[in-house]
Amino acid sequence: MAKEERRKERLDRGIKARTDGLYAIQSWREVGYLVAPRAGLILGLLILPLILPGLYWQRVLALAGVYALLALSFDFLAERVGLVCIGGAFVIGVGGYIAGGLNYYFALSPALTIPIATFGGALICTLLWLPCLPLRGIYFAVVTFMFPFLTQSIILAGGLLGSTEGLSPVAGFPNIWVGIYLIMVIVLLSIFGLRRLCGEDIGIVFAGVKDNDQAVLASGINITRVKVYALFIATAMGCFGGAFIAHFSGFAGLSLFAVDFSIMPIAACIMGGPGTMAGPVLGAFILAPLSELLRGLGQLRVVLYCAVLVGFILFKPEGLLNWAARKYHQFEHWVKV
Amino acid sequence: MEEEKEPIIKVRNISKTFGGVKALNNVSFDLLEGEVMGVIGPNGSGKTTLVNTITGFQKPDSGEVFFRDVKLTGLPPYKIADLGVARTFQIVRPYLSLKSYKNLIVPLWSPRARRFAGSRGGDRDAVAIDLLEEVGFERDAYVPYKLASALPLGYLKRLELARCLALRPEVIICDEVFSGLSMSEIASMVPLVENLRIKGASIIMVEHRLRELFRVADKVIMLDFGEKIAEGEPEEVMQDPRVKRAYLGEEIEL
Repeated sequence: MAKEERRKERLDRGIKARTDGLYAIQSWREVGYLVAPRAGLILGLLILPLILPGLYWQRVLALAGVYALLALSFDFLAERVGLVCIGGAFVIGVGGYIAGGLNYYFALSPALTIPIATFGGALICTLLWLPCLPLRGIYFAVVTFMFPFLTQSIILAGGLLGSTEGLSPVAGFPNIWVGIYLIMVIVLLSIFGLRRLCGEDIGIVFAGVKDNDQAVLASGINITRVKVYALFIATAMGCFGGAFIAHFSGFAGLSLFAVDFSIMPIAACIMGGPGTMAGPVLGAFILAPLSELLRGLGQLRVVLYCAVLVGFILFKPEGLLNWAARKYHQFEHWVKV
Repeated sequence: MEEEKEPIIKVRNISKTFGGVKALNNVSFDLLEGEVMGVIGPNGSGKTTLVNTITGFQKPDSGEVFFRDVKLTGLPPYKIADLGVARTFQIVRPYLSLKSYKNLIVPLWSPRARRFAGSRGGDRDAVAIDLLEEVGFERDAYVPYKLASALPLGYLKRLELARCLALRPEVIICDEVFSGLSMSEIASMVPLVENLRIKGASIIMVEHRLRELFRVADKVIMLDFGEKIAEGEPEEVMQDPRVKRAYLGEEIEL
């Protein structure tokens, strides 16, 4: 009985309690309070390439940027539209082969191939997955997961697009800074663009499809069309990533269909905080370099992803960013009961 | 002189079976323009299946449904809603992660609502809050901004109705909007339906609450084991011995 009971009390900070989402700003201090996390993200991503030692880590960072785009598009589709799509490898492959092929066969410059691969690739992915869109939950996930293996087999069996050799050389960027800052700026634009989109009316409709698609149908909206819009946006981001890899590595080959591109976005999303947009990006920028550090382990890296997944699901299911946001928006202290 | 009213919904010989169960058996009726029609029947009599077949959520095995001259049978649900036949769900289907008024952005974004959106079309938030007030939400800085997951059932039922109204429907099909509500909540919802009727909407009300239904209905049909066993004015139907039997069971001699 002598044991004294304590519990943690959480109180919202003034600005949060007062307005909850619709911020009514009262002072410069509060402006700073709101701007700081966003500015931190922007400056962090822009300064990071400058402070990294050497070419190797800069390349790792660029690759992490591609993973961040994939994690972002996974998060958007899964948490905001309710489509669990784990076909990241397919999207990367389509984007990479389009950009690589256009450059290899027709000698188009990256300034042309990347936009063509982004939107053309998104169109191809969306059209191919269109028949699967009425599938829900795990079934859509399984179908999308299967696609990269299927395409790999077709390329190998048909001896298409350079077969096992791949397409090489593919023109690179003028220098590494162009490449790195291209991907960083696109990641930032994608985060803020998607967040804005989800606040718009079409984003509300996406959320409606996720929460209750039958009610959206009863509202006179063709849910397949809504899902197509979302899928196009998400696959465009992935196809950009694929095209970027093709030009950044000077090579478009079967490695673009690596299963890592499908799996790691999920781990990054769960680690960073599902539904937060910035969280999965953060997760990707932690997991991708970590996975490079453990390159010596080879295929055992998959074990790492799984350990991260299981660990976060068990101990921090809200993810890093949701946890950090709570700490940021609330006071916490122990009180006697 | 009462003018001749045209039927707005024509249901012809609808049948639907699930496995061996006949959910609907050769049901036909007309809903006239501006009429409020009640559909009653014991649990499992096929009322919700009837709503689902009219609105396209389930396809009937045989029979047809017409909206004016347009055949609804075979159309997908969103096209039927787009034509102006809106429904509510018996088990409410709100978007729980959205604020109440944001729930109405979805129907207001639909092609049909946008066709009707006048000069205020761009300001869907304001239209949504007006709609919530129309179905009886308090117009304050609080309730419309609550998450739908924080609303009690009474409000969710109103939200269902508001989602229909956002489409400016010509026919509203209410699937048990009163079920699960307290007496006082029902009492405050009845005027809503009366208002809709005054505004000229044609309404099909599937209901268990006979007392409230009979206050607003012009006509009632009764389903039992998927068959239409009675049709007529509320008083007539209530006197029908088959109706009494279906609801109360056989009279026995003591």
